[in-house]
Amino acid sequence: MRKEFALAIIEAKKKHDNLVFVTGDLGYMALEQVMEVFGEEFINAGVAEQNMITVSAGLAHEGFIPFVYSIAPFVALRPYEQIRNDVCLHNLPVKLVGNGGGYGYGIMGATHHCLEDIGALRMLPNMKVIVPLTAEDVVQAISFMVKDSSPNYLRMNLAAKFDFEVAEFAAWRHLKKGEKATVIGTGPVLQNIVNAYAELDFWCLSVFPVIEIPDALIESIERTGKVIFIEEHLGEGGLRETLSFHLLGKLKKAVQVLSLSASGYPSGKYGNQQWHQEENSLAGESLKNRVGSFLS
Amino acid sequence: MLQKEKHNDLLQNALNIKKRFLQMYQAANAGHIGSSLSCAEILTFIRFGWMNETDEIILSKGHAAASLYSLLAEDGTLSQSDIETYYKNNTYLAAHPPAGKIKRIPFATGSLGHGLSIAAGLGLASKLKKNGKKVFCVCSDGELNEGSTWEAALFIVHQKLKNIVWFIDRNKLQGFGRTEDVMQMEPLADKLKAFGFEVLEADGHDFNSFEKVKDSFNEATKPIAVICNTIKGRSWKQFEDKLDSHYLPMKDNMFDSINAEIELHYQQTLIK
Repeated sequence: MRKEFALAIIEAKKKHDNLVFVTGDLGYMALEQVMEVFGEEFINAGVAEQNMITVSAGLAHEGFIPFVYSIAPFVALRPYEQIRNDVCLHNLPVKLVGNGGGYGYGIMGATHHCLEDIGALRMLPNMKVIVPLTAEDVVQAISFMVKDSSPNYLRMNLAAKFDFEVAEFAAWRHLKKGEKATVIGTGPVLQNIVNAYAELDFWCLSVFPVIEIPDALIESIERTGKVIFIEEHLGEGGLRETLSFHLLGKLKKAVQVLSLSASGYPSGKYGNQQWHQEENSLAGESLKNRVGSFLS
Repeated sequence: MLQKEKHNDLLQNALNIKKRFLQMYQAANAGHIGSSLSCAEILTFIRFGWMNETDEIILSKGHAAASLYSLLAEDGTLSQSDIETYYKNNTYLAAHPPAGKIKRIPFATGSLGHGLSIAAGLGLASKLKKNGKKVFCVCSDGELNEGSTWEAALFIVHQKLKNIVWFIDRNKLQGFGRTEDVMQMEPLADKLKAFGFEVLEADGHDFNSFEKVKDSFNEATKPIAVICNTIKGRSWKQFEDKLDSHYLPMKDNMFDSINAEIELHYQQTLIK
């Protein structure tokens, strides 16, 4: 999504002069064109993320809209108190952009992964966490973020591709009709289960915190009697936890639940993103097996 | 040197500000009195001796909020009835400055090590907008322990943010000990110089000393950092330069004796 992000932010800058771009020394072979277009309003704040966030809060206070870019854990977790106090408490339009949410940085290892960002940020006041699914989503997400006067966090990953048409970016989307089970997922990891079990009923959630649950989703769950949550994030604090709360108040009948989520590093070993997904039953045979036994 | 009249006006402002916050602390039976006595003249000079109406003050040492509130009552931003809500339930005037509710308090502070970065952000915005706004940031020396303060220092120098005036309230005491015992800061001036600041030293209770800083600021070629040598709990004779002045509320006749002391100091410093 990085390429789409760079192009979208350049387009947005042409329409909104008050955009500034702040990076935590990241962007080699990705943001050179952004740097050129933004000129003196492209700020490399160095490897100093706490200061980077608060500086951005100051810029936002004075009418700028800062897009603040780094690898996901370095923009979402390292400066957490700065996000809480200086950005969210004051409801300032600082736009955090984390590249490689989940296991996106693969073999780079655990320090570069981010399995807690959705949970950590969605509970901060005024913050909206945005998790795009496709490359097209990124463009629409940027447009949404520029218009929204509150803090946002954009969780980027490798874009998903589908062989069917996907509805336009929205908090909730019904991706594909199906039977047997209702699948609710966030982010590109959804495509792994779509590819393995095309006949299920697929829903995509792209904005946190969750404000409402579509009636049609409740109907789907009550019809199939089975829910599968899928997220490249810890289930605790993630999609599973927040939806469990919302569904508890809505569902009129008991349903079976399967949670597919990241559990960290069960073997203590590292690999590429696909490898980590497989180790956590988020891709490949392990996903097929868990979903298969749940459905049977 | 300040003109006699200006000097005496500042003294009067500082006296009013100190008397008001002592009354606030007394009514609230609250601590952090020493912290406010330490930076009262710094804040007074910024507001009444230096800043323009569009400039900003960031009190990074948010625990001295009472001195800031009292300053804002002195300039008419807060009313006496606002002041009387200090520390009570249902107030905006908490023990640390609030978020977004009070004019001239653009950011909530209190978690140490944020203020200089806030100043950096406001200063950068002013530089990009070329609007001539200055940002005055008052830090404690204890919060120089925070790594984020030094991130901000690097950033300010690198971005050449000469519109920021960084005051360090150097009272040499922090939360649980003397600064040099807890986390050695000296040689502080050398550290700041090495970071690229033009470093000035001031008597943090003397307006003429600040006036010199102001003159130097106008001629500075680099961002400035001002080490203000201060006395924590100044005028609180029992606890002057003592850690107790950070935490303890006043008791018995202390309120009267501090008031007498600051009044005496005012009379002695007044240029006749």
